[in-house]
Formats: sequence, structure tokens, C-alpha cells
Amino acid sequence: MNWRRAVDRVSEILIFTVALVAIAIILLIFVYVGREAFPLVTGTAEGLTLASPFTAPYTWQPVSNTPKYNVFPLILGTIKVTIIAMLIATPLALAAALYTSEFAPRGLREWIKPAIELLAGIPSVVLGFFALMVLATWVQAGFHIAYRLNALTAGIALAFAIIPIIYTVSEDAMTAVPRLYREASLALGASKGQTAVRVILPAAIPGIAAAIVLGFGRAIGETMIVLMVSGNSATWSLDPTNPVRTLSATIAAEMAEAVFGSGHYRILFFIGSLLFIITGVLNWMGERFNRRLRERLFGSA
Amino acid sequence: MVLLGQRWAEVYMKAHPDVTIQVTGGGSGTGIAALINGTTQICQASRPMKAEEKNSVKEQRHGDAVETPVALDALAVYLNKDNPIEHLDMDQVARIFRGEVTNWKEVGGKNAPIVLYGRENNSGTYVFFKEHVLKNADYAEKYQALPGTAAVINAVQKDPGGVGYGGIGYAKDVKTISIAKDPAANPVAPTMDNVLNNTYPLSRQLFWYTAGAPAGAMKDFVDWVLGPKGQKIVTDVGYYPLKAQAQ
Repeated sequence: MNWRRAVDRVSEILIFTVALVAIAIILLIFVYVGREAFPLVTGTAEGLTLASPFTAPYTWQPVSNTPKYNVFPLILGTIKVTIIAMLIATPLALAAALYTSEFAPRGLREWIKPAIELLAGIPSVVLGFFALMVLATWVQAGFHIAYRLNALTAGIALAFAIIPIIYTVSEDAMTAVPRLYREASLALGASKGQTAVRVILPAAIPGIAAAIVLGFGRAIGETMIVLMVSGNSATWSLDPTNPVRTLSATIAAEMAEAVFGSGHYRILFFIGSLLFIITGVLNWMGERFNRRLRERLFGSA
Repeated sequence: MVLLGQRWAEVYMKAHPDVTIQVTGGGSGTGIAALINGTTQICQASRPMKAEEKNSVKEQRHGDAVETPVALDALAVYLNKDNPIEHLDMDQVARIFRGEVTNWKEVGGKNAPIVLYGRENNSGTYVFFKEHVLKNADYAEKYQALPGTAAVINAVQKDPGGVGYGGIGYAKDVKTISIAKDPAANPVAPTMDNVLNNTYPLSRQLFWYTAGAPAGAMKDFVDWVLGPKGQKIVTDVGYYPLKAQAQ
């Protein structure tokens, strides 16, 4: 019997090490990204400082006689595309989740869930290619838009990428609501629909919030789709039918060109740190909401 | 230009099985940065290296950046096939891409908005066009940057109001217009003859750069590219051969 305990111990150590390595890698990446942007703080980045990405003029023209590195158009573009994607993805994903957890017969549920989750496995470059060749034509014809590549098309394509995330997490939250809640509600005479909307949905709210926050984080960081279909022009406009340039697409498009150690290179790493922090905070918030859901439903986590 | 590099490498490796050549794309800026950083031995560029880039090569690679012109190219301005415009002058093209002209009717076309397409700022073509056409002014805010010339062609094919630019070798199912040096001059089409006699205003050389003069296996490859076999591929891919070979 002793060797069994030994095997247990060894696998425990192994798993612990793997987990530690994963954490170390993330920490190292963050340290590296931060370090490459750090000369902006010390003022040794070819005259650029931490204030440079935020000072007038409000344009992004890094290759110019007087390079302009203002990130506001990029932030605006990122927010614009993300909000469009969230407005489309959230209602669809939540409705689908509510249907599968409350109304779908079990046989159907076993088909729908994996099918939607499979969508998450489609590489974003494939989604982007589809959006570029097909979706862009439909959207332009359907809405009579002057620009073939625009924020709306990019937002719709991005919605495909985040629907599975919002769907999976919120569906799990809804199914986790104990049977007792449903039975009590039905016993009091509520219909299935009333139970779903007035009992299950409120009970699962923290999980749904987590789903939305995680979807938001993915949308902000998503690169390939927006690089391919957003048109990549750093416009200073709120119009969703104009082309946009996002933070992540800017890094992808320009990093290969920036000479190591140049001011442009530092700014790109600064944008990288910015994205890292935003998605980090969003993931942390999502995790918190999830914990609150478990506490609410089961007393303690 | 990556297309050209790939064809050269393929054909050369077939004839010389002992040599391995890897070709990576991304734009002239990408290639030049790779040469400076020492991750490539030869970099292709569709624009001449800047003085500070040459200095960086010298500092980091301990050898002068050696420039070898390898082909000629006509930078074409692409329009959608349904656009009735046949020619523009350099000033009109500049005003279009600076965003000062936003409707085709202002340059003699239909009443339709102009949609600008071009390359990302890591492209030599982006820089060449900016220097030679825009006279170093910035591109319009609504200029749409796409990741490659093939993507620019694709966009202009599908967009009736679209205009883009890129190497003549990529032009397929788009209209390549004639360009006049100034409003008084005759418009010139981007043909091989007009590039060779230097009348097409957007002719340019394509370069190879090495850190220090190419030697050994690298020199053999460079000589082959400049020789008849290499220059034949230039024509096959859609660029124009260097003067000496064409005559």
C-alpha cells in the first residue's frame, strides 16, 4: 500500500509544479511587456514619455515626419467595436442559455451546448476571413454603408467569437441554480416562463455578470478579426459605419516593423501593458462574480 | 515583393538542393528591422533604406548595409473596374489620399464617395507612396490600412468607390490608371516600356540589403537573381527586369 501513497505524492508535486510554471510564465510575460515600455517612465524612449500617448494632436500617425502617437482614437475604436459586439452577443447568448437550461428537452440540450461551444474553437483568423469575404458584403448591402470595412461589420464578426463564452458561463450559472428553486416556484403556480425569468435569471445574476465581463475581456483583446475587417483607420468618430483601428490590431500590424528600442516600439509595448491590465482586471472581476454566485446559491464557496 | 522572393527561393533551391532559403513576408519595415536585429541575412525592400536604418545596421551587425537593386516596379493606382476614370495627375492622387478630395466628381468621375485603401505603415510601398505622392504629408484619417497588397486588390475589386495602390504585379480584375506628372503633362500608363524609359512617374527600384557585401553561398544567390534566370522570374511574377537585362 505504501507505493500507492508515493505515487499520489509524486503526482501531487508534479501538478503543483506545472501550476507554478504556468503562473511564472504569466508573471514573466507581464514583467517583460512592462519592462519594454518602462523607458517611457524614465524618459529614455527617444523623447517620448508616459504622457505622449495622451497629448494632442488626437491622431495616430506613427510613420510621419512628426510621428503622432495619440492612443485616444485607438481606445475609442476598441470601445466602439467592443460595445457593438457586446450589444449583439449578450442578448443572443443569454437567450440561448436560458432556453437550453430551462426549456430545451434534454436530448436537444445535449446537441445545442456542444454546438455553440464548438464555435469557440473556430480560429479567429477563419472567422475574420469569413467576415472579410462574405459578411462585409452582406452588411454593406443590407445597411447601405459607404465603407465596406467598418466598425459594425467588425463588431458583428467579433460577436461570433464571444457568444460561446457568454453562453457557456451563463448557461452553467443557470443550471447550477438548485432544483428546489424551480420546484418551489412551480408549486406556487408560476408558469415555466415566469420561473425562468423571475426565479432562475435573478438567482444566476452573478454568474451572468461574470459571463458578460469575460466576454468583454475577450472582445477587447481579440486581434485577428478586427485586423481583417475593421479597415484599420484611426478615425476620431462615433459613427459605427466608419472604419476603426483598435489597440490590439495596432500592435499586430506595427510591432513587426518597429525597430527594437525605438519610441514607436516603446509605445506599442505600452499599449500591450494597457490591454494586459484591462483584461486582467476584467478576468478578476469575472472570477469575483462567479464566487459570489456560489456563495449565494450554496451558502459558501 | 514577398511573392518575388518566394519564387526566386523556390526555383533556386530546386537547382541547388544543398541551399536552404526561408522567405518571410511583412513589409519592407519588417525586413529592415529583421536585418538590423540579425534575424535575417538578406532583406528585401521596396524602398531605399533610411540613413538612420543604415547606421543601425552598421552598429548592430558590424558591416555596412549593402544595397543591390534587383528589379523594377511600377507603383500602380488601382480603381474599381466600374469607375469611368482613366487617368489622374499626381496632384489629384495626392489630394485624394490626403483626404482633400472626397468625391469622385471632383476629379471628373461619378458623384460617389471615394474610399481609400492602402498598406499598413510597416510597408515600403506605404512609405514610398507617402514620400513620392503625398510629398510627406500624412494620409487621410479615413485611409484604410490593409495587411497586404492582395487585400488592397480584393477591397478595390469589391468596392465601386475604392481606390488603392500597389505593385503592378498584383493588379488583377482592377483598373490601373495612367498618371500624369503634372496637370499639363500627358498621362502615362504603367507599362514596362514606360518604366524603363522613366516616363511613368511612379517607377521605383526594388532592393536587396545585406549587412556587408554578400559572400559565399549568399553571393551565388545574389548573382543568380541578377542573372538571366533570376530576371526571367521577375517578369513572370509581374515586376519589370533591371535595364541591363531587358535590352
